[in-house]
Amino acid sequence: MCGADKTCDFFCFDWKAQRWNLLIMLGAVIGGFLAANYLSVNQVPDLNPQTVRQLQAYGFESAGQAYVPTELFGNDAFSSPKTLVILLTGGLLVGFGSRYAGGCTSGHSISGISNLQLPSLIATVGFFIGGLIMVHLIFPLIF
Amino acid sequence: MYKSEAASWFRIYEMFQFQSIHMYGLMGSALMVGIALIQFIKRKKVKDINGNPIIIPDKDKSIARYLIGGILFGLGWALAGACPGPMFVLTGAGYFPILVVISGAVLGTWLYGLLKDKLPH
Repeated sequence: MCGADKTCDFFCFDWKAQRWNLLIMLGAVIGGFLAANYLSVNQVPDLNPQTVRQLQAYGFESAGQAYVPTELFGNDAFSSPKTLVILLTGGLLVGFGSRYAGGCTSGHSISGISNLQLPSLIATVGFFIGGLIMVHLIFPLIF
Repeated sequence: MYKSEAASWFRIYEMFQFQSIHMYGLMGSALMVGIALIQFIKRKKVKDINGNPIIIPDKDKSIARYLIGGILFGLGWALAGACPGPMFVLTGAGYFPILVVISGAVLGTWLYGLLKDKLPH
């Protein structure tokens, strides 16, 4: 139902509880912990300098210096209403969208297309349309 | 996901700016492995650990749900810089504001549950 890769099944809240999905989620949490703390020495994505410049112009000073923007994911995020709204809305769209589309990038773009499913290609096209609209049309308005 | 930087908001932004091959290389190589393995599984009729045949069901044929759902997902993906997998990876890595994103996502799925009968599928 949620794609060949069940990563998104956790978010299929209304359906029968699938315990193994929770195990996958736990694994992801542990993996993140291990990767960040034991397998990396301050890993910072080596971004295109143009990307860094654009982001810094938006106010993301941490571009090029941190793994994720500290402006959105640092601990003071909890005290900024605008940041909280952004995080919540982003999450809402991902949750709603992945349930509606029956999968996320793992389920559709990777597993679905690997299985040569046309609906997965359509979903992936949708992901890109959404992402491009957000980054090119909406970011300039909110940042 | 952490090491490949698929969990990095910055990489997602960069991807939508087409300013690096990074994310595309990541997904492309995953696809190559995925296609090869699935073909192998199907042709050799590989069984799972319990001895049952591995059956990967075809998806429903339609457009609306995939396109609209996809677009909504994409909007969120760029905004939050994370899809479901990375959300949990980032939690483990200690970026606790991601818990707000996760709450939003759970709320989103619940909302879908409420509205689904009214949406085009």
